[in-house]
Amino acid sequence: MSTKLNVLEHAMVPDHKIMKDEEVSELLSRYNITTEQLPKIYHDDPAVREIGASADDVIRIIRASHTAGRAEAYRLVVKRPKK
Amino acid sequence: MPSPKRIGQIEFGLLSPKEIREMSVRKIIWADTYDDDGFPYPQGLMDLNLGVIDPGLRCKTCDQKASECPGHFGHIELAKPVIHVGYTRLIRKLLRVTCRACGRVLLSPEEIEKVVGTEDDQTGDLLSEKDVKKERICPHCGEQQLKINFEKPTTFSEVVVEDGKKVEHKLTPADIRARMEKIPNEDLIPLGINPDVARPEWTILTVLPVPPVTMRPSIILENGQRSEDDLTHKLVDIIRINQRFKENQDAGAPQLIIEDLWELLQYHVTTYLDNEVAGCPPARHRSGRPLKTLSQRLKGKDGRFRGSLSGKRVNFSSRTVISPDPNLSVSQVGVPRAVANEMTIPVRVTVYNIEELRQTVRTGPVRPDVNSPCGSNYVIRPDNRRLRLGADNLDTVADMIEPGWTVERQLRDGDVVLFNRQPSLHRMSIMAHRVKVMEGRTFRLNPAVCPPYNADFDGDEMNMHVPQTEEARAEATILLSVHENILSPRFGGPIIGGIHDHVSGIFMLTHDIRWFTKEEALYLLRYSGIEHMPEPGKKEGGKEFWSNKQVFSQILPDLNMVFKASSCQNCDVCKKEQCERDAYVRIIDGQLKMGTIDKKAIGAFDGQIVNRVIRQQGMKRAAKFIDDLTKLSIRAIMFDGFSFGIDDEDLSKTEYGQIDEVLRNAALDVTRRIKIYEDGQLEPMPGRTIEETLEMQIMQVLGKARDQTGQIAGRHLGLGNSAVVMAVSGARGSMLNLTQMAGCIGQQSVRGERIVRGYDDRTLPHFRKGDRGSDAHGFIQHSYKGGLNPTEFFFHAIGGREGLVDTAVRTSQSGYLQRRMINALQDLKVAYDGTVRSTGGKIIQFQYGEDNTDPTKSAFGDPVDVKGIVESILKEEC
Repeated sequence: MSTKLNVLEHAMVPDHKIMKDEEVSELLSRYNITTEQLPKIYHDDPAVREIGASADDVIRIIRASHTAGRAEAYRLVVKRPKK
Repeated sequence: MPSPKRIGQIEFGLLSPKEIREMSVRKIIWADTYDDDGFPYPQGLMDLNLGVIDPGLRCKTCDQKASECPGHFGHIELAKPVIHVGYTRLIRKLLRVTCRACGRVLLSPEEIEKVVGTEDDQTGDLLSEKDVKKERICPHCGEQQLKINFEKPTTFSEVVVEDGKKVEHKLTPADIRARMEKIPNEDLIPLGINPDVARPEWTILTVLPVPPVTMRPSIILENGQRSEDDLTHKLVDIIRINQRFKENQDAGAPQLIIEDLWELLQYHVTTYLDNEVAGCPPARHRSGRPLKTLSQRLKGKDGRFRGSLSGKRVNFSSRTVISPDPNLSVSQVGVPRAVANEMTIPVRVTVYNIEELRQTVRTGPVRPDVNSPCGSNYVIRPDNRRLRLGADNLDTVADMIEPGWTVERQLRDGDVVLFNRQPSLHRMSIMAHRVKVMEGRTFRLNPAVCPPYNADFDGDEMNMHVPQTEEARAEATILLSVHENILSPRFGGPIIGGIHDHVSGIFMLTHDIRWFTKEEALYLLRYSGIEHMPEPGKKEGGKEFWSNKQVFSQILPDLNMVFKASSCQNCDVCKKEQCERDAYVRIIDGQLKMGTIDKKAIGAFDGQIVNRVIRQQGMKRAAKFIDDLTKLSIRAIMFDGFSFGIDDEDLSKTEYGQIDEVLRNAALDVTRRIKIYEDGQLEPMPGRTIEETLEMQIMQVLGKARDQTGQIAGRHLGLGNSAVVMAVSGARGSMLNLTQMAGCIGQQSVRGERIVRGYDDRTLPHFRKGDRGSDAHGFIQHSYKGGLNPTEFFFHAIGGREGLVDTAVRTSQSGYLQRRMINALQDLKVAYDGTVRSTGGKIIQFQYGEDNTDPTKSAFGDPVDVKGIVESILKEEC
């Protein structure tokens, strides 16, 4: 048995998914923004690594929300800068 | 207006001597400022090329007048280079990491790579002093390096070993400059310096920029004498010494004198840049006051950044002490006449208002009393010239004004003003009120608006601002007025409501059932704007009577609700209508059928009725309800009178006997438990030592004893007691306070434990060593009324101090926490598409709060107030 933990299976980790290019362009036009204006997430984030996303991918995160029950957020994967 | 531009990058660098000379319009050589006629000396510190500050003169550089010329830099050629104090650390670092002979960094390319990384894979680190070992040999030219000593503020020296002795050899700024010049450009990059904009030799000044006169204006004193700015004084010193230095140099003065002058020049330039450098006596004014030089202008609370750029002073504002006036509406503010006479609103003259404005001009700057119409202080002609109104020109000016002029009219009743109390921690700290001009010297406000401002009347001061334009006034009325801010976005409930005596008063009025004659009912309701009295509740002996609940119902709007009052004891099974405390409140069709109105119903922060009125009838109606309520409750509390004195804490002999017995038994119980502990018979509780177990048991026994004394006292003191009324209604205080006054104060604690600190094995020399008894560790068995004995008093002071320290620490910590949070959040706003964005358009949240719901418009977090709707239809609790 592998000792490695799949973080996505943890109850506290919300659902991360890489978005397709069409979805991304739809998202950008919906909010009238460029990818730079999206919230960011580092490429070495454990969940990002787990789903195999790389820099410049956009990730959809679906999580349980206190106020709305279910909330969607989108994050742009960026390289973690050196210090 | 030019369109806003996005800032691509900002580059910081040093001013090179070449740049300083290029931007200079004049070389300054004379230390004098003005000649005997008061005209600036050419090439002096006030040279006309540097800009003008005297009206009438024109700038020789840009040919503009005093207020238009921005000023121009000049320069002073220094006789010898001097160190810039701001860069001493950088200079020290550069001297220590570079070779004294060839100027290269004292590391091989491989060693540099280890720290900085390769060009493609940079570590983000820069070379530091620690990366270079002391006194090593230069890897490039083989020169033996020497230790560099730095002595504050600006002295550098090399340590040379001569005949086995260490000798310090001083480096002059010229020597240092020569070494800096030798450092090649490519060696500077791993040090974090961009050589294109910051060559290291530029940290040693050879030429000094002279700031324009506009940033160091001289002021003319009342006796006609000129008083120069501190910077000018310092520049005069620099030029004088520089001149003397040059003369001595040309005359071939001995080395010793040259060195002295050089040091003196260094001192003056240093203090010119920063007059608070460590190890350097500050330059002083003739009066002994330290000079305020360049760095002092920027630093600190009153410096350029915190004092002038982040914080500003405003006109049209006033500040005075506040005091309460329950007869004002919550949306009003009482303004002293003296303030109202000083503050103005500009009104443009039209054919419609000319007569009215003429009248204000005739009244002039002093309004005789609060009821007379307002006056005005200035009129502004169409050419923007201001005319001050005085006793001599009132009638002439009044006849002169015509459409197109502007009259600065004084404040009068009904004007919109902003009212503020610091610290402004939330948006309700600034609200718009309507002016009510009053006699006296304080701002008056309805005590019901104290909670949002967090104000009390122990000497608090508040600020008032008068909006000057129609737009500002509209914004103030629509967004900031008090009745728009009854609901707090913090918890979605009303933050304005009855406090203190309002709650006690309404409780005494509505508790149980009482009957009032017509005169009494009208006394209570007279100020609440009631048009008709309802049918009397009962007739007896030919006289009409109204019940207390009827009286209260007169100020209620039409609504239905059922809830439990503050005085509810949360019984296991609610007796509802049969509640003996009258804590089950039912309001049907705007009539209070049963129950007592108290904090839960109308108090600030709770205010169930206020909340329901806002949801169903709107903010305006709620504001009126609060107004009526404050007036009614104040009349109600005055109807019976309400006071508290020392004899209100009196108990009877039986109670005192019972209290004594409870305390005696508790003391015996404690001794018994200590005995068990000392015999080693005590069973420790899980996870605790025996000592901890004993302590917990003692605390428990003593706590229970205190509660019992409270119950005994409470049995004697009923609702006839003012303190009980306040505690039960939620107006102020609790039954615990009453227990401590009448029964027993109880255990004093430090960090949640009995008091153990003091002498060896005991808290005070009055006790035996190792005494674990209740009175030796801070149990106070007396009441505040009965009085404490000396040891008890001492323990009480210990416990009280901890409380004070806690609050002081908590407020400072939470204040800083809030400040940091506000700094992070202040520029975020909700865009029209519901996203929360920063000023750069970056998305922070895709939907505001993820549910797009405004907390002030939600029912305690839920978008729909189901309970309210059901209650208003069924007229029953759900």
